[in-house]
Amino acid sequence: MKIVVFVKQVPNTDDVKLDPKTGNIRREGVESILNPMDANAVEAALQLKEQFGGTVVAVSMGPPQASYALKKVLGMGCDEAYLLSDRAFGGADTLATSYTLAKAAEKIGDYDLLLFGRLATDGDTAQTGPAVAAWLGVPQITLASTLTVEDGWVVCDRKLGGMRQRVRAKLPAAVTVTGDLNKPRYPTPINIMKASKKPFTTWGAADMECDPAKIGMPGSPSSTKEVLEPEKRSTDTKFFTGEMADIAHELVKTLEAEHLI
Amino acid sequence: MDFQFTEQQSMIRDMVREFAEAEVKPLAKEIDETERFPIENVKKMGEMGLNGLAYPEEYGGSGAGQVAYVLAVEELAKVCATTAIILSASASLGSWPIYKFGTEEQKQKYLAPICRGEKLSAFALTEPSAGTDASMQKSTAVLEGDHYVLNGGKIFITNATHADVFITFAMTDKSQGTKGITAFIIERGYEGLTISEPENKMGLRASATCELTFDNMKVPVENRLGAEGRGFNIAMATLDGGRIGVAAQAVGIAQGAIDETIKYTTQRIQFGKKISQFQNTQFTLADMQTRTDAARLLMLKAADAEEKGLPYTVLAAEAKLFAAETASYVTNRAVQLFGGYGYTKDFPVERMMRDAKVTEIYEGTSEVQRMVISGNMLRK
Repeated sequence: MKIVVFVKQVPNTDDVKLDPKTGNIRREGVESILNPMDANAVEAALQLKEQFGGTVVAVSMGPPQASYALKKVLGMGCDEAYLLSDRAFGGADTLATSYTLAKAAEKIGDYDLLLFGRLATDGDTAQTGPAVAAWLGVPQITLASTLTVEDGWVVCDRKLGGMRQRVRAKLPAAVTVTGDLNKPRYPTPINIMKASKKPFTTWGAADMECDPAKIGMPGSPSSTKEVLEPEKRSTDTKFFTGEMADIAHELVKTLEAEHLI
Repeated sequence: MDFQFTEQQSMIRDMVREFAEAEVKPLAKEIDETERFPIENVKKMGEMGLNGLAYPEEYGGSGAGQVAYVLAVEELAKVCATTAIILSASASLGSWPIYKFGTEEQKQKYLAPICRGEKLSAFALTEPSAGTDASMQKSTAVLEGDHYVLNGGKIFITNATHADVFITFAMTDKSQGTKGITAFIIERGYEGLTISEPENKMGLRASATCELTFDNMKVPVENRLGAEGRGFNIAMATLDGGRIGVAAQAVGIAQGAIDETIKYTTQRIQFGKKISQFQNTQFTLADMQTRTDAARLLMLKAADAEEKGLPYTVLAAEAKLFAAETASYVTNRAVQLFGGYGYTKDFPVERMMRDAKVTEIYEGTSEVQRMVISGNMLRK
């Protein structure tokens, strides 16, 4: 079984600050981490490999310093890694990004399953995985909170608010996973030591024969105009946890106590 | 000269940091209060391969080296010094003598399962009358056919309630003094071995520090570690490396206390200002961090020397001495900056202050480290 997992390096969300002058996210001195739900996708891939054998290939698009996320997933046990890095990829929105990732998947070839985190904590769009599936013309399942492979099908439970939907897709297929799917393993020292010897390839636009009109800025019909920090309010915040129905009761009680309803 | 970590060292540090934050930190308060040995995390550390960091792959290790190992100890100690010493007692003191002085059979039988996390180990040298003066061993070992018979006992043995393997020492020839001490590998199930209830300690309260009693305990000849009479040298060489681990633990405690103090002082308001805005806080924090960074450099230099096969006895003594005293200083200052809250168990700095103290005592007191350092200076 050949599984391709797409991962992204994101700023640690506890750390994010905006540059007051430019309005851009300040990346200097901000810790970069592997996008948390991508770790769930990697864990799912490694479990399938343990069950069925095969290889797990990790792909990430970003500048050379984005190799951290790939090194980390090699340390978790992925077999090979591809970094898609080219100045021409810069400024890509989700459409151009998904095109580039799809070109990588095509070039890697022979895949049975493409796995993604449901969304990345920096962009928060949840579009990239589904769009890659569309470019490649493979079926897709989003929001998977369980994942098994049976007789050439991938079977997933999708968590949709208060209900669950069980769906299946014929392989090859793409699946985006939620944080509920599993508990990602830690990298191990043995795998970290081996990671430096595992195949690590960097591909640019030309290596994947990308259409220049579909990558980077030219391939991006949308762009970010401005990033704004939410207004800081000095109010008390009360967090409710637990089952949805209990939370609703608690909320109503609180509002009643404050004579708001 | 290169002060940068390798990519692998950074990744191992990050991995242990992530593990420590997610799994170790949430238990730290509870295991301190209840003195519960954190077996679930000990198992996880074993499965991850933390015991084998410094040992080669042929014995189940990862060959990551001493520097990676001390980084792991520091990261654990930042959030829980008890968990750090549990690892250190097994991954260094209770296994390095086998790696360095054991036969191939002993390495395959004992070291490999320790590295793979299947077995936990401990180091048993101290006796009631043989503490700092470790040469005064009263335990005896008498060769009878294909086994030795050990009598006597040990005190203050970390990990004892859960260790599967112990490295211990006994006199095989009293007339020879330190040259009559021999090292042995003993197993938990040996007849004649009794393990007491853990000591009720000031700090590191969950590390299960127990007394061992040997009552006609039979130890097969093949479990003698090294030649007869080499035990004292084995013990001293083992402690040299162990001290680097204690230095790492002390640096971790200090850094953990600083991290907590930054969090607290940037939130606590007094006289209408965050207390971090007062120069007293700022100067104290600067001193705390400077000393901790200096201790870390000494610790890393010693670990790097060991990894490169250079002499490290004095470096290890300096690192342990300075790091231990730094940990006590820094945690004491941290409690002071926290004020009354720092004296309560609602915040972790009081635990860190209690945990720090023993780093000045075990694996050679600060006074012993001064003896090692000055002895080397005056010999020249």
